[in-house]
Amino acid sequence: MNNLLSTKDMSAKTAFEILDTARELARITDGPNKKLPTLRGRTIVNLFFEDSTRTRLSFEAAAKRLSADVINFSAKGSSVSKGESLKDTAQTIEAMGIDAVVLRHSSSGAAQRLAESGWIKAKVVNAGDGTHEHPTQALLDAYTIRSHFPDHDRDFSGLHVGIVGDILHSRVARSNAYLLSSLGAKVTMVAPSTLIPTGVDQWPAELSYNLDSVIGDLDAVMMLRVQSERMSDSYFPSEREYAHDYGLSENRLNQMKENAIVMHPGPMNRGLEISAAAADSKRSVILEQVANGVVVRMAVLYMLLGGVPIAGGSEIV
Amino acid sequence: MNDVTLKNARLADGSIVDVKIAQGVITEISSSIKADGPVVDLKKNLLLPGLVDLHTHLREPGKENSETVLSGSKAAVHGGYTALSAMANTSPVADSAGVVEQVQRLGKLAGLCDVFPIGAVTVGLHGEQLAELSAMANSAAHVRIFSDDGKCVSDPLLMRRALEYVKSFGGVIAQHAQEPLLTKNAQMNEGIVSGKLGLTGWPAVAETSIIARDILLAEQVKSRLHICHLSTRGGVEIVRWAKSQGMSVTAEVTPHHLMLTDELVESYDPVYKVNPPLRTIDDVHALREGLADGTIDIVATDHAPHAAEDKDCEWSAAAFGMIGLETALSVTATAMIATKLMDWQSLAIRMSTKPASIGGYVNHGLIGVGAHANLVVIDTEARWKVDRTQSLSKSRNTPFHGHELTGKVTDTFFNGVHVLANSALTGNKYE
Amino acid sequence: MSVVLDSGEIDRSLKRISHEIIEHNHGLADVVLLGIPTRGVSLANRIGDFLESIDSVVPVGVLDITMHRDDLRIRGPRPLTPTLLPAQGIEGKHVVLVDDVLFSGRTIRAALDAIGELGRPKSVQLAVLIDRGHRQLPIRADYVGKNIPTNLRESVRVSLKENDGIDQVEVGQSE
Repeated sequence: MNNLLSTKDMSAKTAFEILDTARELARITDGPNKKLPTLRGRTIVNLFFEDSTRTRLSFEAAAKRLSADVINFSAKGSSVSKGESLKDTAQTIEAMGIDAVVLRHSSSGAAQRLAESGWIKAKVVNAGDGTHEHPTQALLDAYTIRSHFPDHDRDFSGLHVGIVGDILHSRVARSNAYLLSSLGAKVTMVAPSTLIPTGVDQWPAELSYNLDSVIGDLDAVMMLRVQSERMSDSYFPSEREYAHDYGLSENRLNQMKENAIVMHPGPMNRGLEISAAAADSKRSVILEQVANGVVVRMAVLYMLLGGVPIAGGSEIV
Repeated sequence: MNDVTLKNARLADGSIVDVKIAQGVITEISSSIKADGPVVDLKKNLLLPGLVDLHTHLREPGKENSETVLSGSKAAVHGGYTALSAMANTSPVADSAGVVEQVQRLGKLAGLCDVFPIGAVTVGLHGEQLAELSAMANSAAHVRIFSDDGKCVSDPLLMRRALEYVKSFGGVIAQHAQEPLLTKNAQMNEGIVSGKLGLTGWPAVAETSIIARDILLAEQVKSRLHICHLSTRGGVEIVRWAKSQGMSVTAEVTPHHLMLTDELVESYDPVYKVNPPLRTIDDVHALREGLADGTIDIVATDHAPHAAEDKDCEWSAAAFGMIGLETALSVTATAMIATKLMDWQSLAIRMSTKPASIGGYVNHGLIGVGAHANLVVIDTEARWKVDRTQSLSKSRNTPFHGHELTGKVTDTFFNGVHVLANSALTGNKYE
Repeated sequence: MSVVLDSGEIDRSLKRISHEIIEHNHGLADVVLLGIPTRGVSLANRIGDFLESIDSVVPVGVLDITMHRDDLRIRGPRPLTPTLLPAQGIEGKHVVLVDDVLFSGRTIRAALDAIGELGRPKSVQLAVLIDRGHRQLPIRADYVGKNIPTNLRESVRVSLKENDGIDQVEVGQSE
């Protein structure tokens, strides 16, 4: 794996390799000692141009559990606020000697640009670019779904996942739609039509404007965070109307299938897209998602930082 | 220096002639002229009136690191242009007689082609208050085209007043048709690709709604409207309808909109970031048809140089715009002539004669006895690969780097001065 | 490549190693076999079968050492094989690590690290089918099927029925 930029072109085979590795890592690190020596001597920089404490902590924990050195860079109060560009920042940090960059950026495509423009040699992991993709989130979501549906361990077909909310501005929705469908799941996106991107009919997903009509058929429902500034931009009239039409209320929760799970990438707006009852119910796997994020990111870092295999000599070591 | 006889010139109608130039003016065209001075053998290459651009960003004053009037003039001559129209969005903005006269003076100093300044419609391009249009029109620069290009004159009342006001001195308003409220933070064409890439979309209706409104406004006040860089099928259809109604509107298309589509943005390479954005293949076909049937009157480059740092960055931080003077003719020929949609005669009209008449540039756009010898020579069979490092512009932001194009400008004559020979500047200039 | 051990010889070596394990540990009480993937696992299973036929059943497990290797820089990442510990665990046991070839000793170093994270055995012993020399660490095998002196340019290829469809050990110049 050269870089991890998106899930759009990721094969099911690669995805399952990452998920298998993550699962094994979860077992290995399930004891009192959570630390492995695998990435000793490697340096990983968390380059965050956008605030996201959760994602940064998750990547940091993943890197540290593999014994990598971690440098955290956040744009706030740094040279970036003085106008230094992504290119200059990345080159400056690379000059300090790094193996991989975990990039969070508000500009869609920033990770791809960093990886493909020749600015740096380090590997790039996209930790969320604008409203484009967030591939490790999708991988951890897939991991979480997989752990709840052991009958679908190698194939998600037959599983129906609903992604509900601000699809238009959601990198989580894009990455999940591509990944889950390539693993075989049926994906339905549910949102008011103002929050559906143009050309969504080309996506590997179904579309619905009516949560009630699909909720009873879902095996997993993924509630997306709705930002309040969307309301001021007239994407929907009021929080109340949004919560009424698209929120995961207790009533909707009760219509779900027996084994269906409730997911949320966090941070949640309780009372808006998700009710307290749903967030705290036994269906909720939201905290599992957080835990799974660490092992999935460990797997990604491990697979990313391996060198080229030496041909024909498994016995040399 | 501007006495020369051109031998074996092929005109757009296919005839092979000799052309005699004296004191920068064509004095004789016939099948064989006995030369009594310098001779240039054109070896049956195509001779057209020098190209005329109604939409050029020269960046001077203000951003001389990305282009100057001189470097822009060099690029223009390299691309076969003998007249440029310098857009008003400089710093300071060309919204007063002083600035337009300065730009015109710099053009004369460069001496490679005519540089006609365009005046801003509103003070500082802010879209709030009319600039002193009459003062610019009556200045030494004789401004006739006014545009807030880069920004849209979106206030309908202001647009109406501007259209009315320029009538008194035969001016024309060149509108950058983009409804700002529909394109807040827009990054690329709104469509399948924008949805996939998570980039804020730029809907076609932001262009078409302003075109429709302004055509009706211009009709209401009986004034001249020119639509800059048409980019949508809907825009073409509205202009076609307006012309069928006999309304006074002209329109331009850029070479890049005739050739490139929004799928290129999937690379997130800002070299493809431009305003208006690259559209879909359907729009490209509509624009080509519109240019072929005359709905779109002219090709204009929207040459927009940007320093490397404004493009070598992430998409949303990058500047909008592409350079185009040096590739315009070849791109248009590749899009329109190699595809048999148009012939060279029509191309000469769209890239020289008609823009000269819209701008009132009387010394351009014609080959004939008594006309100024502003001429371009084209090797119509040449196929060449664009290499951005060979550009004479100060900037390198061409989206055509590596593209193979058909037809190449070999020579340019400005008022009879041989300023470009064998695709290289001669060092001559007109004084 | 030339064959240095055939199927019969491999069989006899493993049988001998099995006897040595019994002898060395005075029986099989508290002995646990841990195979190192991929071929070490097959060898551990075979030794387990021999031990059972000679004496009694011993627990056989799998120890994946991938995440403990120190050579990720030169080797690509590989899919992890699940580490499977016998139900009895390894705490207080005599653990016999089983691998196909002993070379630099780095694999075994990684295996010792991996074991250290899993528990505290009474002892750790090492059984290998081939010892080709060239150790880079102070590690030695307790049970060796065959010592094959090699130079560094040579490579040793172990094939087993379970993994490769044939039982043989070859030595040859690596390309």
